[in-house]
Amino acid sequence: MTTTTAPPTPPGAHLPEHPDFLWRNPEPKRAYDVVIVGGGGHGLATAHYLARNHGITNVAVLEKGWLAGGNMARNTTLIRSNYLWDESAGIYEHALKLWEGLEEDLGYPILFSQRGVLNLAHTEQDVRDSVRRVEANRLNGVDAEWLGPDEVAKVCPIVNVSDDIRYPVQGATFQPRAGIAKHDYVAWGFARRADEAGIDLIQHCEVTGFTTDGDRVIGLRTTRGDIACGTVALCAAGHTSVLLDELGIPAPLQSHPLQALVSELLEPVHPTIVMSNAVHVYVSQAHKGELVMGAGIDAPTGYGQRGSFSIIERQMAAAVELFPVFARAHLLRSWAGVVDVTPDASPIIGCTPYDNVVLNCGWGTGGFKATPGLGWCLAHTTAHGEPHPLVAPFGLDRFSTGALVDEHGAAAVAH
Amino acid sequence: MQLITCPWCGPREETEFHYGGAATVPYPADPAALGDDAWARFVFVRPNPKGPATEQWSHAAGCRRWFTAVRDTRTHRFLATVDIQPEVPR
Amino acid sequence: MSRVDGYGWAIDRSRTVSVTVNGRAYTGHPGDTLASVLFAHDVVALGTSVKYRRPRGIAGSWTEDPTGLVQIEEPFPEPMLQATAVEITDGLVARGVNGQGRLAQVPDHARYDRLHTHCDVLVVGAGPAGLLAARDAARAGADVVLVDDRPTPGGALTGTERIEGRPAREFVADTVAELATHPGVTHRQRTTAFGHYDDGFVLALERRTDHLRDAPTTRSRQRVHRIRAARIVIATGAIERPFVFDDDDRPGILLASAARDLLHRHGVLAGHDVVVATTDDSAYAAALDLAGAGARVRVLDARAAVPTTWAARCADAGVPVEAGTTVHGTRGTERITAVVVGDDRAEVPCDLLLVSGGRNPAVHLFSHVGGPLAYDEARGAFVPGGELDGVEVVGAASGAVDPLEEMPPLVLWRTDGDPARQFVDLARDATVADVARAVGAGMTHLEHVKRYTTIGTGHDQGKTSGMLAAGITAELLGRPVAGLGTTTFRPPYTPVAFAALAGRARGELFDPVRTTAIHDRHVRLGAEFEDVGQWRRPRHYPRPGEDMTAAVLRECAAVRGGVGILDGSTLGKIDVQGPDAEVLLDQLYTNLMSTLKVGRVRYGVMCGHDGMVVDDGTVLRLAPDRYLITTTTGNAAAVLDRMEEWIQTEWPGLRVRLTSVTDHWSVFAVVGPRSRAVVGRVFPDVDVSNEAFGFMTWLDTTLDGVPVRLARISFSGELAYEVSVASEYAPALWDRLLAAGAPEGITPYGTETMHVLRAEKGYPIIGQDTDGTVSPHDLGLGWAVSKKKTDFVGKRSFARPANHDAARKQLVSLLPTDATTKLPEGSQIVSFCDAGALPPPPVPMLGHVTSSYHSAELGRPFALALVRAGRERVGEVVHVPVGTTLVPARIGGSVLVDPEGARRDG
Ligand SMILES: Cc1cc2nc3c(=O)[nH]c(=O)nc-3n(C[C@H](O)[C@H](O)[C@H](O)COP(=O)(O)OP(=O)(O)OC[C@H]3O[C@@H](n4cnc5c(N)ncnc54)[C@H](O)[C@@H]3O)c2cc1C
Ligand SMILES: [Zn+2]
Repeated sequence: MTTTTAPPTPPGAHLPEHPDFLWRNPEPKRAYDVVIVGGGGHGLATAHYLARNHGITNVAVLEKGWLAGGNMARNTTLIRSNYLWDESAGIYEHALKLWEGLEEDLGYPILFSQRGVLNLAHTEQDVRDSVRRVEANRLNGVDAEWLGPDEVAKVCPIVNVSDDIRYPVQGATFQPRAGIAKHDYVAWGFARRADEAGIDLIQHCEVTGFTTDGDRVIGLRTTRGDIACGTVALCAAGHTSVLLDELGIPAPLQSHPLQALVSELLEPVHPTIVMSNAVHVYVSQAHKGELVMGAGIDAPTGYGQRGSFSIIERQMAAAVELFPVFARAHLLRSWAGVVDVTPDASPIIGCTPYDNVVLNCGWGTGGFKATPGLGWCLAHTTAHGEPHPLVAPFGLDRFSTGALVDEHGAAAVAH
Repeated sequence: MQLITCPWCGPREETEFHYGGAATVPYPADPAALGDDAWARFVFVRPNPKGPATEQWSHAAGCRRWFTAVRDTRTHRFLATVDIQPEVPR
Repeated sequence: MSRVDGYGWAIDRSRTVSVTVNGRAYTGHPGDTLASVLFAHDVVALGTSVKYRRPRGIAGSWTEDPTGLVQIEEPFPEPMLQATAVEITDGLVARGVNGQGRLAQVPDHARYDRLHTHCDVLVVGAGPAGLLAARDAARAGADVVLVDDRPTPGGALTGTERIEGRPAREFVADTVAELATHPGVTHRQRTTAFGHYDDGFVLALERRTDHLRDAPTTRSRQRVHRIRAARIVIATGAIERPFVFDDDDRPGILLASAARDLLHRHGVLAGHDVVVATTDDSAYAAALDLAGAGARVRVLDARAAVPTTWAARCADAGVPVEAGTTVHGTRGTERITAVVVGDDRAEVPCDLLLVSGGRNPAVHLFSHVGGPLAYDEARGAFVPGGELDGVEVVGAASGAVDPLEEMPPLVLWRTDGDPARQFVDLARDATVADVARAVGAGMTHLEHVKRYTTIGTGHDQGKTSGMLAAGITAELLGRPVAGLGTTTFRPPYTPVAFAALAGRARGELFDPVRTTAIHDRHVRLGAEFEDVGQWRRPRHYPRPGEDMTAAVLRECAAVRGGVGILDGSTLGKIDVQGPDAEVLLDQLYTNLMSTLKVGRVRYGVMCGHDGMVVDDGTVLRLAPDRYLITTTTGNAAAVLDRMEEWIQTEWPGLRVRLTSVTDHWSVFAVVGPRSRAVVGRVFPDVDVSNEAFGFMTWLDTTLDGVPVRLARISFSGELAYEVSVASEYAPALWDRLLAAGAPEGITPYGTETMHVLRAEKGYPIIGQDTDGTVSPHDLGLGWAVSKKKTDFVGKRSFARPANHDAARKQLVSLLPTDATTKLPEGSQIVSFCDAGALPPPPVPMLGHVTSSYHSAELGRPFALALVRAGRERVGEVVHVPVGTTLVPARIGGSVLVDPEGARRDG
């Protein structure tokens, strides 16, 4: 009979333990100073910073399903701040700085790992756009480098930088401070802190309508009864349009399926994050060793948390093209979220025609990275009734004035 | 991986089709007469219903005809597809 | 050895096969799996667990096994396969994995491909229910596809059963043989339906070579079958699950059905001293079979009473049966040596513990496509809970009760014990204690519990553990299982290799490569190519010893000083015909096209509704009701789509039709002061003088009877002729032009030279000098925006406040004041810098360099840039950070060469 000698635990193959207590499951009260609609990352972070920065704790977070079970539970956890425009760099870099201290703030092992992100360039125009973004990032105080193909291979040796692929790698931008974190841990970290502060996290409580009085919303109709409110903060991500339709606020949002997938657990092969817009795939290797991958949205809108498998097949082709060693990795699980996409690939944050309703939506494929920064700024906006300066450029009115913050027009990348 | 019924060709693979957004927002008769908000609504705002949506699709890798479809955005099921009727030119 | 004679219908004992596992050699037979070979050699431990480093063995007999994972090393590394599902071949080398698999460091040269199939009926699963469904459909004349994931048909049949009055194996053989006689039937084993999508679409992975000794290299290793079926019959059976007790992860603990499977399929007796712990009737057959094969067996039935017929048969076979008793723990190190039994915790020695805790119908494919699941309280399992159009679930997958069942099962999730040693998910090393902590932490939804504990995220995706986790969570919460939230399954049913999904879409086949009709000429001329969209275009034509800079300087000088030739065939070309063609073009271009006279050419700009430039090109009026428009190379398809959308959806009454003629016409630009001589020589019948053939006009002629179109269009400011011909004649025409130009030293030039020449004239490239945020006015193209038209696409947006912001970015030129630095494209521009140093970030930016080149004509580098209020700043010096230095550069007007336009007429 053979025996197997027990080798040391492979790095990361299992994760740190969660705390013994996370949150209460209170019955909703009949009134709160602030009601946050949507218990995703943004809603929970906003709750945390309302308590932490503004001392506001008579707050409820209303979540229609299980807490943080929307996009927060489905995203691929890329965190970076190397966006092109000043306005974007402002909010995303604010978020990244908060990420760098978040583990301590939350007292939760959120597994924030700053392993850097490579955004590959495959054409001459990609190169121009990349250099442009790197230069803008640096002037904005965001760490960024332009790397040639050889340097790309040094950062991530498994990227195929040879000429024998259809769109050879011409180089990449690199943001060393970018990284990944563990999404559930982040959500639960915020939730635990909010709960500790006395904020009620109320699950299975869908907001189905609003009671208004002139320019104010005075109450919310929910599946767990009516709740009166001082201020309402909407953080419903892919479902924002449903709520805005109830309120009669037109907003340029389209809800699309966005898919992601993981492989089995693998020994470390991929030390960083690689994104390629031209061949449509991005990959990181998460803490336990699984490859986490995603691509673009499904073109048609949809609320079904289900996308077309053709997108996955295409991204597999792209993955194997760029990373030949992935050939025999296995697709283990795929899923989809519902992301709220705006015409300029930037979020919509700020005040609404209702005096006491603040709006946060439109983060599309890339709002996880903003979670702490957005929570910080939306808490401020909620507390003061005025947009925090970092989110002021993202008001709904920009579509009328034409002052868009066009991140995809600038060929920057999503996620 | 759905089948979409092109009014001209019959049921075909979804990958042959191009999604063209809401079918319910026509080009305004007189854009110059619109204020900035109303114009922005035309340019940027489209219905985003959770449920049946009236949309435009084109059979891009087939007959290349556009048609109108009613699709339930919760299930992605097509409830109807119809040919677009020509109107008198303006 | 634990091979027993008289069993093992799946193996071929006449041949032996050698494999290596964990460094030791074993022999087996064709038809064996790694798992059956190991059991045959009494090896039950395989690897160690992911978190607690406990020894782990094999706990199932097919893809349900959560723990017997192997890394294949030879013939080619593949991570994380289940030993139960790897068929052996000579030379196979594998090892148990400790949580993480390993990828090969070398490329996989195996082939992967796809096959499309359409059929009337797809039957998934070739067990008895699937075989019968396939046979019925075949007899009714349907086109049938039958797929099954195992190497042989028969599903869970062990061979001991009788079906239609025959022994089961005979029934299977007969049915398969009959199916083969129906021409409409395709039957594939080793083919796993892994995803079920809308409208009868199923993806199935066929494993085609791994089980063969000498597979031809041309044969694809794996094939994804894309099956579209009018009706789908899901006959995927049920998956036995264990229940949970202390140290339930020890090697030598196996599902009862798996032991039966090993015995009948592979002739392997998995243990000699066997305890069977069950909550239902199904394990009795396993007990009897193993006893029949020579094992000492005893049955512990957790139910208060035992099924009388089964019990009687056990008594006959000398198998003791105890009611109301079950297992609470196990002993042993590398292999189980005893079970802890009953309320008095007696230790019963054994070398194999078989567990049966009920069955989970394999409803995955039903659920993939939205089929509703319902919780069956009596059986502790999710079963199809509603109808789906065109989908039928039959046999055990439907939750149907086994006809041999006498007594209902007991739904038991766990027995009393130490929660920290009760493993719920062996793949993830997650215990009842973990579930309890999750519940204690406030988790009330199964999704939360799964995420807290990671249960169900392992390689087997919780095929056995998912239901246990639900049951135990419900117990701990004191709630019904059905109240924990809906369970849905997502593809893939079992893991699928990335390469299999990629198929042949790799390398050149990843995306089509488009080349022009004279691509071979470019290759012969030594061109360096660049990808522009799908096109491969010559970027420059270096001569020996030249780098790109030298080649481009030479090409530029040749054009401005003599004559050059460019293959412009990739430009998009759309033939616009119909009485309303001019109405359409007036609406889509910013300038007027209806006033364009036949025979003339006009430059045009297209904007989006947001007023930002999306494309530009030239428009030729061919006839009152016919135009030929050109688009940029990368945008050709998008522009055609926009136009089609407009005429079919916005103004469907317009009488106009569009045809893409991009590939039909090849276009060569003959450019430079000597171009007239060259073109005149090739087309002696054409009066090429400026008077007869003026700028921005076109004419048709012939060359040896072949129609040719000439147009006076210039993208360089030089005298130039575009020569167009049907692509089949393009090589001949190109050769003629080169030959005719030889005396002038005609120089082929590529896209890079084209870009330099146009930049010297301030002509923007859409997509390079624009980024979707740039209006025609920003580009200095206000002259191309009609003031006469009441409307066109984008016009209204020009009136928005942001479009009148004085600080908008405008296209200007930038000349580095040192006259030597070529500013990198993409560089940012800053205005203020104190003593050559930048202030701390954020540093306000004025804009960026969009294009930058060395100019042969100017004898210096220059750039185009988008700069805030750029036109007002002409003359100002700004700074461009380049590496660690700040390069001063002066802003100028966008036209640097021949601003008067004196050259275009020659
Ligand atoms: C597949 C995928 C990959 C992604 N990858 C990345 C990435 O790598 N990096 C990145 O930065 N971003 C990524 N994102 C985007 C990111 O997940 C989202 O932008 C972000 O999570 C949105 O904020 P949220 O966490 O608050 O959203 P959610 O978690 O979706 O929260 C919104 C919540 O509102 C609830 N809700 C909605 N309507 C109501 C109602 N009427 N009443 C009560 N509750 C309601 C929902 O149930 C939901 O829980 C990805 C998204 C997806 C789907
Ligand atoms: Zn069609």
